Amino acid sequence: MVFYDEMYGMDAAQVQDKRQPLPHYGDYQRWAQGYSPQAMASKRAQADAAFRQVGITFAVYGDDAGTERLIPFDLIPRIIPSQEWTVLQKGLIQRVQALNMFMHDVYHDQRIIKAGVVPAEQIYLNAQYRPQMQGVNVAGNNYCHIAGVDIVRAGQGEFYVLEDNLRVPSGVSYMLEDRKMMMRLFPEAFSTLPIAPIEHYPDMLLETLRDSAPAGVDEPNVVVLTPGMYNSAYFEHAFLAQQMGVELVEGKDLFVDDGLVYMRTTQGPQRVDVIYRRIDDDFLDPLVFKADSTLGVPGLMSAYRAGRVTLANAVGTGIADDKSTYPFIPEVIKFYLGEDPILNNVPTYQCRKASDLSYVLANLKDLVVKEVHGAGGYGMLVGPASTTKQIEDFRARILAKPEGYIAQPTLALSTCPTYVESGIAPRHIDLRPYVLCGKETKLVPGGLCRVALEDGSLVVNSSQGGGTKDTWVLEAPSAIQNQSQSQTQGAQ
Amino acid sequence: MLSSTADHLFWMARYTERAENTARMLDVHLQSSLLAGGRSDAQRSQAARALLTISELEPAFTEKYDAFTSEKVLRFMVADASNGSSIYSALYAARENARAVRGAITTELWETMNITWLELQERLANDDWCMDMPAFFTWVKHRAHLTRGVMAGTMPRNDAYRFVALGTALERADNVARLLDVKFFEGTGAEVKDWDAKGEYYHWAAILRSVSGFEIYRKTYRDTITPARVAELLILRADMPRSLLAAMNALCNHLQNIANKRSTNTIRMAGLLQAQIKFADIDDVLEQGVHAYLTEFLARINDIGQGISQDFLAA
Repeated sequence: MVFYDEMYGMDAAQVQDKRQPLPHYGDYQRWAQGYSPQAMASKRAQADAAFRQVGITFAVYGDDAGTERLIPFDLIPRIIPSQEWTVLQKGLIQRVQALNMFMHDVYHDQRIIKAGVVPAEQIYLNAQYRPQMQGVNVAGNNYCHIAGVDIVRAGQGEFYVLEDNLRVPSGVSYMLEDRKMMMRLFPEAFSTLPIAPIEHYPDMLLETLRDSAPAGVDEPNVVVLTPGMYNSAYFEHAFLAQQMGVELVEGKDLFVDDGLVYMRTTQGPQRVDVIYRRIDDDFLDPLVFKADSTLGVPGLMSAYRAGRVTLANAVGTGIADDKSTYPFIPEVIKFYLGEDPILNNVPTYQCRKASDLSYVLANLKDLVVKEVHGAGGYGMLVGPASTTKQIEDFRARILAKPEGYIAQPTLALSTCPTYVESGIAPRHIDLRPYVLCGKETKLVPGGLCRVALEDGSLVVNSSQGGGTKDTWVLEAPSAIQNQSQSQTQGAQ
Repeated sequence: MLSSTADHLFWMARYTERAENTARMLDVHLQSSLLAGGRSDAQRSQAARALLTISELEPAFTEKYDAFTSEKVLRFMVADASNGSSIYSALYAARENARAVRGAITTELWETMNITWLELQERLANDDWCMDMPAFFTWVKHRAHLTRGVMAGTMPRNDAYRFVALGTALERADNVARLLDVKFFEGTGAEVKDWDAKGEYYHWAAILRSVSGFEIYRKTYRDTITPARVAELLILRADMPRSLLAAMNALCNHLQNIANKRSTNTIRMAGLLQAQIKFADIDDVLEQGVHAYLTEFLARINDIGQGISQDFLAA
């Protein structure tokens, strides 16, 4: 298999001694050569100590309760040249806009089903379809306020969308903390290289949430709803609430009275208008979903359905980011926007189809098989990296429930130079940019770059031992000029 | 602010203060035991036991340990995770409460508390703290000083700050009363007024030092150290920062500022207790018996704490 390397543009194994990086890594390399291996090692130690001190940790499910771990952080950034970013940005905005229209349609007129583009059973028989949302109007017809779209790059350098995460995508705090760490360790890099800023993300997020308030609310009270401090992403929930200057609440802090949502404060009840919820649909309201859930708020769904409170993201977005819906998305984009998709899907085999199933079963050793409702890298098979026994176990699972699985060719995920024990070596990476939809659809130039630290591993999830890198989107020379001009004018 | 946030802030401050005061109390004990060359084993064990009695921890201790030796009591009170009042548990709880509201406190405060917790684990590993206990207690004290300094220097003066200050004041009132009571309890039955200064001088001096009160005592009284005057300084003097009156003044002050519709009775209880201390005479306290006086004080402080929980913190 041939891998595209972000720094060298060809398979890193084929790069010989005379290493000539791609133009957008040129300035970086010249700058990085100023650091000895010892200096870099000391920077790495500094970064580890700082992450621990700041408490940027996550909990791993299955470990002892309360165990906190650091996500490994790599010092070598992933660099994206401006022309590549421009395409990605356009493609992401296009995709998320279409997904939003799709969700509105699914929960209202269902034109796309009537037109025969998406079969009715794909919607109605999907565990992610929420009948409670049928006919419900959400503020601004906006379902997906925050989308985390996973982008990968394959053997020839072409981009693919691997997954649309439209429920509660996480990881944005690592994007921001990685940047903060790089600026702390290497301030001079940021004064010499044209790295696009991303630090305004919390500001954009707050604007997005305020934009999404129920009609008639001018000064919305926005809160972040967390399952609590033992959730694996608690650091991120607290971080975002603090950065936006809004309250971080748990279900028990909220209650519904006479159709309105309130939070319990030391001075009595206070109205809540927008909830950036970081808990899954199933746990939101014990009266409607899981009755034994203590994380949610009884009555929340009735207030929501009546349009008295906004939930971000909306309930029922799983119908659009489900892995069994994924193969339809290129057609979804064409249907609503009349445009060709800018970003490609990975070819996907749906095991619910007899012909696809027989192909998948015959080629398990070459494919990646995923549970349609899985997330976080749990419950998947990477054929080329699995033993015969693992493959046979998975075969039995697929045969028992074919509709529960999809399969894709094993993508030759691109690599990026990464610090490992033996020095610097290529490791596989992906990219998760965060798209925000309020009154407009937008994103900061960058995203969370995840890296599989084990040699040969294609699984980048932090729950599976992945690390992260800072992502540098380089600004086009003209953009830099414009910026410095406007700064000069501002100074006058 | 959110009731649950206020609850975490209140307890974060209480546990921080508790860790410090436990360190102060153990330091007194350590100093006293170093000076107790002439004491019998029974007397030593009695002194160690008094530490537990006053913190209401005797049953929990005897479940795990067979004898009241200084070494075992210190280990129980410093590093034992099963003892909810150990320094380890208090700093753990302080940090967990801070973590629960890390978005509502300043980044500097969170990092200060997180570093305290990380360093504590290093100091407890391999029993490093046993090598130099006074240095360990000083470290705990300094981290508490630093934490309060960061609170004072970085938190906006809003309700979050007031609940923190309230927790600190309430815990301090409780802890100082207990600290003082260790000594008076140990000597229950002995007439404080007819006390012989020679033998016990060092123990009272140690108590004063443990609340940073030795120099204040000298400047205030310019006289020899007697238990009656120590009691007066630590109970009735508003200018002594760790006295019961000073703690009550702070408590009432912050309570006024966060008053809500439900809190009338709690504010009344606190104000009454404050006034009774403010206008008390040390002779009356001695008449009643210092131990009895402190026991009543602790009960009333406990009621005020429960009142605060019900009025502001209950979800």
